[in-house]
Amino acid sequence: MNRFFSLVRRDVSLAFRQGSASTMVVMFFVLTVTLFPLGVGPEANILQRISSGVLWVAAMLASMLSLDRLFQADFEDGSLDLLTLGSLPLEVTVLAKCLAHWLTTGLPLIIIAPVLGVLLHLEPSGFVTLMITMLLGTPTLSLIGAIGAALTVGVRRGGVLLSLLVIPLYIPVLIFGVGAIDAAIGGLTERPHLLVLGAMLLGSVALCPWAAAAALKLNLE
Amino acid sequence: MQTLHKFANPARFVRMSSALLPWMAGLSAVLIVVGLYLGFFVAPADYQQGESMRIMFVHVPSAWMSMFIYSGMAIASATGLIWKHPVADLMAKASAPVGAGFTFATLASGSLWGQPMWGTWWVWDARLTSYLILFFLYIGYMALWEAFDDPQRAGKAAAILALVGAVNVPIIKFSVDWWNTLHQPASVMKMDGPAIHASMLVPLLTMALGFTAFYIAVVIVRTQREIMARKVRTLRMAQVNQ
Repeated sequence: MNRFFSLVRRDVSLAFRQGSASTMVVMFFVLTVTLFPLGVGPEANILQRISSGVLWVAAMLASMLSLDRLFQADFEDGSLDLLTLGSLPLEVTVLAKCLAHWLTTGLPLIIIAPVLGVLLHLEPSGFVTLMITMLLGTPTLSLIGAIGAALTVGVRRGGVLLSLLVIPLYIPVLIFGVGAIDAAIGGLTERPHLLVLGAMLLGSVALCPWAAAAALKLNLE
Repeated sequence: MQTLHKFANPARFVRMSSALLPWMAGLSAVLIVVGLYLGFFVAPADYQQGESMRIMFVHVPSAWMSMFIYSGMAIASATGLIWKHPVADLMAKASAPVGAGFTFATLASGSLWGQPMWGTWWVWDARLTSYLILFFLYIGYMALWEAFDDPQRAGKAAAILALVGAVNVPIIKFSVDWWNTLHQPASVMKMDGPAIHASMLVPLLTMALGFTAFYIAVVIVRTQREIMARKVRTLRMAQVNQ
């Protein structure tokens, strides 16, 4: 357990010492959301209608764009080889890296999302649900993304390929995330959506590290 | 188990599949021609949809094939990963473009059918949307194969992706159904209407069998081609090493 958390601490402090990492993700999120009022027009009722979807799509893209950080740097400087040789099973290493990725990208997104919600005239009744869905959904995005990142870690120009692989797998999270917010705004119960999001989180915690570790092993051969 | 290992020898696979190939090719040609004849000339026009209903005889079997081929790809990938079966990886690779082709045929014929029926080329219906996503899964799988220089490694990576995709296909299907029922209540026609009459069922099944035979024939050709490409690659490597 100690080694697990020291790995998380290492990744988080690396991300912060490089400085720009989390800020860049948040900036990307803010900029993408800003594009929508410019694209569809400033009418409050249109923005209000699409706000939950826009916030979720932008958060998804922001979280996806930072996926290459997950393994790429460690793969290039060789520390990934050392991590595989260490006593921590590779699956647990993947889990630790996903946790660090979520702490440095998912969490800042959750904190900034309500502010953007205000800009997009999100209904007041949707804010709490927005935070809860993101809290449940963004770790799932990190975990599913880890599979894609691990598969493309040795590939030249893997970025575009990564998005091609990962976006279809992200769709269920998007649907239930937006569904919960819309249900809360519409006065329906958001509980079933949140339960499904939680189930997807638990399922990906259990399964994704295996697939990502298998992909890493084959790329490190 | 024994039979599985028998087919792991590429040379034996080539020999046995070559014997099967003309039969499958012939069978698919006969079945598709008969199926199209029955569908276009013998089956009665639908009392509601008229002649345009005949697109069904291409559309529905294609849709069946796209799902069938994806599951076949996942099974072949699992076989390749677990037993390090060399031909299984190649069969999965050979299947992907055929599956993508059938998925595209499903989407295109569905769009052509939708235009006279629903008055629009595309609706964000649950069924259409999940087939579109399936199409993207096929494309991603093929792109991953192309991304690696080493075919062994590409095979393994693609196999992992195919298995991840296979776990996700039901989840995506379920979530798209859920999304659709929330966003637009059942306005589009339902497929599970009255039980289908034999005059339509027979051409439908004939076409489905014809498509399956076509798939087997194409996969045999493509797998053999992959095996030969591997051989050429190995020979070239040996030449360079000398």
